[in-house]
Amino acid sequence: MSEPLIRIRGLTREYAMGAETVRALRGVDLEIQRNEYVAIMGPSGSGKSTMMNLVGCLDTPTSGQYWLNGVEVSQMSDDELAQVRNREIGFVFQTFNLLPRATALHNVELPLIYAGLGARERRERAAQALESVGLGDRMDHRPNELSGGQRQRVAIARALVTEPSIILADEPTGNLDSTTSEEIMRVFSELHRSRGQTIVMVTHEHDIAAHAERIVTLHDGLISSDRQQKAA
Amino acid sequence: MSFLEAVRLAFGMIRAQKLKSFFSLLGAFVGVMFLIGVVSIVKGMDHWVRNDFAGKLFGVNTFSVLQRPRVQMSEMSVEERRELRRRPRLREQDYDAIRELMDGRALVANQSIDLVHVYHGGRRSRNVRVMGVSENYFTIRNVNIARGRAFTSHEVALGLNVAVVGQDLVDRFFSGVDPIGQEVRAGDFVFRIIGVAERQGRVFGESQDKFLIAPYTSPVKRLVNPHKIVDIIIVKTPDLPSMYQAMADVEALMRSRRHLRPGQPNNFHIETADDVLSTWAQISRVMYMALPMLVGISLVVGGIVIMNIMLMAVAERTREIGIRKALGARRRDIMRQFLVEAATLSTTGAGLGIVAGLGLARLVDALTPLPAGVSVPWIFVGVLLGIGVGVVFGVLPARKAAQLDPIAALRFE
Repeated sequence: MSEPLIRIRGLTREYAMGAETVRALRGVDLEIQRNEYVAIMGPSGSGKSTMMNLVGCLDTPTSGQYWLNGVEVSQMSDDELAQVRNREIGFVFQTFNLLPRATALHNVELPLIYAGLGARERRERAAQALESVGLGDRMDHRPNELSGGQRQRVAIARALVTEPSIILADEPTGNLDSTTSEEIMRVFSELHRSRGQTIVMVTHEHDIAAHAERIVTLHDGLISSDRQQKAA
Repeated sequence: MSFLEAVRLAFGMIRAQKLKSFFSLLGAFVGVMFLIGVVSIVKGMDHWVRNDFAGKLFGVNTFSVLQRPRVQMSEMSVEERRELRRRPRLREQDYDAIRELMDGRALVANQSIDLVHVYHGGRRSRNVRVMGVSENYFTIRNVNIARGRAFTSHEVALGLNVAVVGQDLVDRFFSGVDPIGQEVRAGDFVFRIIGVAERQGRVFGESQDKFLIAPYTSPVKRLVNPHKIVDIIIVKTPDLPSMYQAMADVEALMRSRRHLRPGQPNNFHIETADDVLSTWAQISRVMYMALPMLVGISLVVGGIVIMNIMLMAVAERTREIGIRKALGARRRDIMRQFLVEAATLSTTGAGLGIVAGLGLARLVDALTPLPAGVSVPWIFVGVLLGIGVGVVFGVLPARKAAQLDPIAALRFE
C-alpha cells in the first residue's frame, strides 16, 4: 500500500482549564488513504472537534505525530500550517463561514488569493467551482441572498477550488433541514464518486455518517471503533 | 495577498461602513488640511510681503529716515520707549541737506501725513490720508497717475494748493464728473485737483485709495505737522550698493547735523525693506514652528481614533479573520490587510485634507490680497503623513488580528 494521505501516531491534545488539564485526545492512531470517504463520529466531549482541528491543521498536538501527504505537520509554525491548510485542505463548516459582505464568487476566490493566484485565473477557477456545485447563476449573490443549502454549496465550491487533498467537513448539515441535508450529502457523494475526492467528515448524526464508506468513532479521546461500510 | 488586493479590500470596507470611516479619517483630514492650508497661506503671505508689501511700502533700493522705527517687534522697556519719543523730529532743513548731499546720486523726497476730513459740495470723506510731499515722492513710491498729472518741482517751490487724489475720493465726490480742475477742502484749505492716482486696491481689507497728496510747501503743512517738521525723508538710489553707500552718507550727515559725538547712539532711525522683511521672517518662523505642533496634535488624535476604530473592527471581524486564516491566510496576510486598511483610511483623510487645505488657501486668496502659494512638496508631505499615521496607529490592531487563534476566531459569534 502506498503512503497514506493522513498518518497519525499517538496523537494527544491537552487543554489547560484553569488548574485542571483536560485530555481531549489520549493517543490516537489513524490512517486515511487517498480517495477514502470517512466519517468521524462520537458523542459531544468525545474529542471529535479536537480531532477535526488537528486533522485540519488549525491546531497542533500536545504530543504525537501527524503526516499529511507524507509531510510531518505536527511541529509546524502557524504560518507554515496556514500554507498547508491553503494547499491541502478544503473546509466545509456547519455555519458555512462565508464572508457576509462578499459575493459568492469572491468567497470562492478567497483561498486562491492566499495561494497567490492572479485575478483572472482566480475568477475563472472560482466560477468553474461554483458551476460544478450548480450555482453558476448565483455568482454575484451575497450569502444573505442565498438559501442555507446554496450557502453550503458555495462553501463546498470554496473548499474545492484549490483542489485540496482532503475536504474536511465539520457537521456540514448541522444547520440545514433534512431535505437540504440530503441534497448536500449527494454533492459530497458525487464529488467522491466522480473525482475520487478524499472526504473526512465530522458528524454526530448516524444517517449523515451513513453516506461515508468508513466510520471512525471516538470515545473519551480514543478511537473506539473503526469500520468499513457500504455507502448509503 | 497582494498589496493592491489589500487596498481594494480596504476601499470596500470604507464603502461598507461610511459613517465609521468618515469619523476615523477625520483626524488625518483636519491635520493635513491645517498643514496644507497654513503652509499655502504662509507661503502666499511670504510672497506678498516680499514683493508687494515691502515693495509698495518701502520700494526697491529705497531707505527712509524717520524719527523712530515704525515697526517694533521686540519688547521695549519704558525707558527705551521714552527715549524714542524724546528724539527730535525731522525738519525740512534735514530734507534740504540730504537732497543736496544726494544730488544726482539718488532721488530724495519727504512725506508728512495725517488723517483729515475732506469736503466737497456738502459731502464729506472722513479720515482721508492727507499727505504733504515733495515732487519726487510719486516716482519713488510708484504712485502712477491715471488721469491728469502729478505736481512739479515748480509747484512745490511755489507752494501751490494743488492735489493728486486717490480713487476713493473720486468715487465719493465726482461720480460721473471729471475731477480734474475740481476743488476739495481739507481742513480749512482748498485744493485744486490736478491728478488722480491709479487704484491701489485693498490691503487687509483697508482701502489704499483714500488719500490726498499736496506739495509739502502748500498749506497742507498746517494740517499734517508742526511748522517745518516732516515725518519721513525717503531716498531711492539706482541700485543696492549705491543704496548702502547713500545710507552711510546720510547717517553721517544726520549725525553731524544732530551734533552726535562718536559712541553716542543715533537719535533718528534709518529704515529699509530689510527691517520689515526680518520682522516678517520672525513671524513666519513662529508660524512654521507652531505648525508642526498643530498638525501633530490633530494627527495623533486622528491616529488614536483610527486605532480604536480598527481595534473595534478587529473585534467585529474576528470571525472573518478566522475564516481567512482557515483558508490559508498567514499572519502577515492578516497584518497587511489591516495595516493597509488603516493606512487607506488615514490616507483618504489626508487626501481630502489636501483638497480642503487647497480650498482654504484658495478662499484666502480670493478674499484677501494674499496670493496662496501651493507647493507640491508639502502635498507629498501630507500624503506621507497620512500613510504614516495609518501604519503607525494600525500596527497594534493589525497585530492583534494577526495573532488571533483561528479555532477561537471561527467559533466567535
